[in-house]
Amino acid sequence: MITLLGRELKVAFRAGGGFGYALIFFFIIVLMLAFGIGPELGLLSKIAPGALWVCALLACLLSLDRLFSLDYEDGTLEQLALAPVPLETVVLAKVTAHWLTTGLPLALIAPVLGFFLGLPEQGFLWVFLSLLVGTPALSMIGAFGAALTIGLRRGGLLLSILVLPLYVPTLIFGAEVARRGAEGLAIGTPFALLSALSFGIFAFLSFASAAVLRINLR
Amino acid sequence: MSLWEYANPLKFLALSDRVLPWVSVLSGVCLVVGLIWGFFFTPEDYRMGSTVKIIYIHVPSALMAINAWFMMLVASLIWLIRRHHVSALAAKAAAPVGLVMTLIALITGAFWGQPMWGTWWAWDPRLTSFLILCLFYIGYIALWKAIENPDSAADLTSMLCIVGSVFAVLSRYAVNFWNQGLHQGASLSLDKEKNVADVFYQPLLFSIAGFVLLFFALVLIGTRSEIRFRRARALMARQGGL
Repeated sequence: MITLLGRELKVAFRAGGGFGYALIFFFIIVLMLAFGIGPELGLLSKIAPGALWVCALLACLLSLDRLFSLDYEDGTLEQLALAPVPLETVVLAKVTAHWLTTGLPLALIAPVLGFFLGLPEQGFLWVFLSLLVGTPALSMIGAFGAALTIGLRRGGLLLSILVLPLYVPTLIFGAEVARRGAEGLAIGTPFALLSALSFGIFAFLSFASAAVLRINLR
Repeated sequence: MSLWEYANPLKFLALSDRVLPWVSVLSGVCLVVGLIWGFFFTPEDYRMGSTVKIIYIHVPSALMAINAWFMMLVASLIWLIRRHHVSALAAKAAAPVGLVMTLIALITGAFWGQPMWGTWWAWDPRLTSFLILCLFYIGYIALWKAIENPDSAADLTSMLCIVGSVFAVLSRYAVNFWNQGLHQGASLSLDKEKNVADVFYQPLLFSIAGFVLLFFALVLIGTRSEIRFRRARALMARQGGL
């Protein structure tokens, strides 16, 4: 699994691997949001936690179609399926790599973008932490959607339609943690629920994704 | 007679051929009785006036919207575990019906909410859950349409249905956590002594029975036409047409 993870990371960081696109997209869409809402910092600071979560979610979504499709097209995925590791492990390695190159940087940059939106000071930590805990779930759900649409030529939009409804619980709890953090309220309950949800999804959906990949590789 | 016998499409067609007219007629009768009784021969509610009559469409369609998804889940499991071909097609046929039921529940709910709550839409947990359920139906139908190979389409949509069911339940609780609602609690439940006042309750039961039978009839029709469509395609392929 470590070897696989290393390979995935290497592919992602090489030229043309697309590392950083999601970050740039995140940055741009937050700016677009500010242009759309208007420059009033009072209003922006109020919507900042939720807005950062929705923008991070979109950035994560747009990076998903590369997760399996390139390996599927050139046959690497079939080789991986024949390799002496279970397909679940392959999925876990790929999703972890996706999280390390997308979710983690998004969580790190989100507080910086919070500055632009006038996020209150006590909110920075919780926006970061909620994204840190929540983005693994986003990556894993996305992997499930990507596995479902792998063989389709125009899978991009369909992928969004399938994945976005599945993002609802994570988004609700994540944005709730960020909002309460920013307003200085107690965050214990939603944070516990977000963590439980995220780890639960990470554990169980790897089996579902692997099963879906097996169907598609048949 | 067992469920597994009807994995044979011929046997299923023969059985459904005999059952379908009865179900359709019975559904029509129940709907006519329930709706006409409900609309014209019940008193007006002392608080809600005549808008209470929306209940005869709203409650049954909401009920069927959820149960249709549940039926799809069971059918998907049967397909995945036993490769029961008709089961997969029944799940496919149920999805559009469920979607329409969800939309009916949402739209009649909006018409009811406007005079009662003073708003067409509120981000109430029940309303929001239904909107999410509607998205799940759309995703499921879209996935069926997108995949060409019928067997892998059935497999993949079944997986989506199972995972979607888990997430639908999660969303339900998440949405509850997210916002408190305007909507009243469950209108009907089996373990309650008395649900709705009797005058409204009896026609409502007819109307619910009508909706259940209507769903059943529509799923049968959908499954039958899907089987025939496949047979036609197989025949064309054999003749070298495709």
